[in-house]
Amino acid sequence: MADYLLEVEDLKKLFPVPRGIGRVLLRQRKRVVHAVDGISFRVKRGEVLSLVGESGSGKTTTGLCSIGLLSPSAGHIILEGEDLSVLLHRSRRGELRRKAQIIFQDPYESLNPRQTVFNTVAEPLEVHRLTASHDEKVKRVTEALEDAGLKPASDYFNRYPQELSGGQRQRVVIGTALVLKPRLLVADEPVSMLDVSIRAELLSLLARLRDERGITILYITHDLATAAHIADRVAVMYLGVIVEVGPAKAVLGSPYHPYTKALMSVIPVPNPSRRKKRMVLQGETPNPIDLPSGCRFHPRCPQVKEDCRVLVPVLSEAEGGHYTMCGLPRAALDEGRDQISHAPSPEPSRTDWRRL
Amino acid sequence: MTLLQVRNLTVEYQTAAGTYRAVEDLSFHLEQGKALGIVGESGCGKTTAMLALMRLLPEEGRIVDGEIQFEQTDLLGLSPDKLNQYRWRMISMIFQGAMNALNPVRTVGGQIEEAIRLHGTVARSEVKNEVLRLLDLVGIVFSRVGHYPHQYSGGMRQRAMIAMALACRPRIVIADEPTTALDVMVQAQILDLLERLQKELDLSIILVTHDLGLVAELCDDVLVMYGGRMAEYASSHRIYNHAGHPYTQRLLSAFPDIENPGAELASIPGYPPALDALPPGCRFQPRCHLALDICALEPPPNVEVIPDHLVSCVRAQPEQARVEGEDGRLLA
Repeated sequence: MADYLLEVEDLKKLFPVPRGIGRVLLRQRKRVVHAVDGISFRVKRGEVLSLVGESGSGKTTTGLCSIGLLSPSAGHIILEGEDLSVLLHRSRRGELRRKAQIIFQDPYESLNPRQTVFNTVAEPLEVHRLTASHDEKVKRVTEALEDAGLKPASDYFNRYPQELSGGQRQRVVIGTALVLKPRLLVADEPVSMLDVSIRAELLSLLARLRDERGITILYITHDLATAAHIADRVAVMYLGVIVEVGPAKAVLGSPYHPYTKALMSVIPVPNPSRRKKRMVLQGETPNPIDLPSGCRFHPRCPQVKEDCRVLVPVLSEAEGGHYTMCGLPRAALDEGRDQISHAPSPEPSRTDWRRL
Repeated sequence: MTLLQVRNLTVEYQTAAGTYRAVEDLSFHLEQGKALGIVGESGCGKTTAMLALMRLLPEEGRIVDGEIQFEQTDLLGLSPDKLNQYRWRMISMIFQGAMNALNPVRTVGGQIEEAIRLHGTVARSEVKNEVLRLLDLVGIVFSRVGHYPHQYSGGMRQRAMIAMALACRPRIVIADEPTTALDVMVQAQILDLLERLQKELDLSIILVTHDLGLVAELCDDVLVMYGGRMAEYASSHRIYNHAGHPYTQRLLSAFPDIENPGAELASIPGYPPALDALPPGCRFQPRCHLALDICALEPPPNVEVIPDHLVSCVRAQPEQARVEGEDGRLLA
């Protein structure tokens, strides 16, 4: 058995839409938002899997479900061989929280303004009664903060969040997650609120946690460029399903799915001499209440065929480990694949990150 | 033809805690039909400079020095009455996050109508048609005129804001972070729209952003700001291929490039300076990997490395005299 830390099997999460009294009296059907609509993926130990997609694609819901902060409507989530529903039981919940932690997007909102950095980072230790003495607590907090790149840690102990910059706050958030020594870290848009110059540091910090600590990371983002830099594998989500998944280099470098191709073509490239034709999809992602028939991407697909309106495609392997959910024949999928990347991309190397 | 010329603009904020200089000695110009990108990290003074340009600084803000010239007119010397003939009619602005500032209890069409009526740009009988013309211009279908902002998606609200900024048929539009908080695909739609408007209306655009990718897509010229001052000012081809300022170089290498995911992402150590603790000398010196002793003492000169490429750095030298590395970047 391959060593999978996290396995998600046919996960579904539906949110009911509240009905007004009028709708109830008229006996109109209950409506639901199909936030996540049957997705499966597995993450190996020490791997970074990036879930990318636009808002409303279900990526955050997937992240929350996979560490038990939301309960799935259907499907299974297996963490280190154990079903999450078992781990969520009162007697095991502490263990689950120690195994899996999450970092949220906005470091301005996710820290308590009335608590010092030390108290914030030490709180999980107290909740889980992990330290016997104060000295031990100081040691663990110091370790966590220094792992998160705040050195020397004692300089930050008595500071309040408002005295810190955005990048430093996000490091405190990461420190708080690390203090329990988790094996799985869900990072939900951890850098999107930060300036470019600080983003790179935090991305390399996450990469280092993977390389040196073997922490498995579920990196959730709408920014394909950062995903390309940090992820080992990428799963592209659209309207609650994974439309393409595989090694980062393959998915982002030579995608099969028309949606991924379009997404890649609109990522701004920081050089005017490499301006390219943008394949802009018109309109917006349809709402996840009334899903389109057939392939859910068909109303916006530039390569749409008659069958797409009726037939529901399945995720199938296009080449080794690279899956795509598109009903088009192979020739259509191959179209335009090579145009995506025209710069020679060297093999991403992990040592690059360490040097930073 | 030069439409807008800004010279030595300096802006201060006077607060209870003291006087802070948010923009210092900033000069740039904008040609008819061109797009200028103003790039920098948060707090570098880019929005303040634009508010000064619109003469919309908050009460504490003051333009203490400089010149803003629109064609032949000096905007700083105008009376408030006269100024109103320029503001919105010649230069208009799409504010950061403004799509969330639409009035939630009035229809989008009604709000655009109000903007047109207020400025009296078209005859009363023509106002309704003008609204439709503007909405059509930004790609909002006719049937959505009577809808409320909450019925619009984020991208459509931003289109409505652009329509409003175009209500008085301005010649310059300043777009402050027009696509932050929008999804990549919607961002691309807005980018397409701005590009099309620029061509169709011969519009000049100032794009204020921290996103170097966006600037590369749209802009002809780029002004890089740091700590309230100009760091580098050149055509976008020069900026992206021959960046002369260490800050620009590091900013570029910190920006993830989707076409080159293996490239090392270098971060810039430290944080941008706070306005109340600006370093003497070069503002970037504390974070600069190439800093010399002199950088901490006196402000760097603005060196013209080639005509129309200004670099504010002591190390910068005119092109023929400089030592070039393999990649064309300044080494010594």
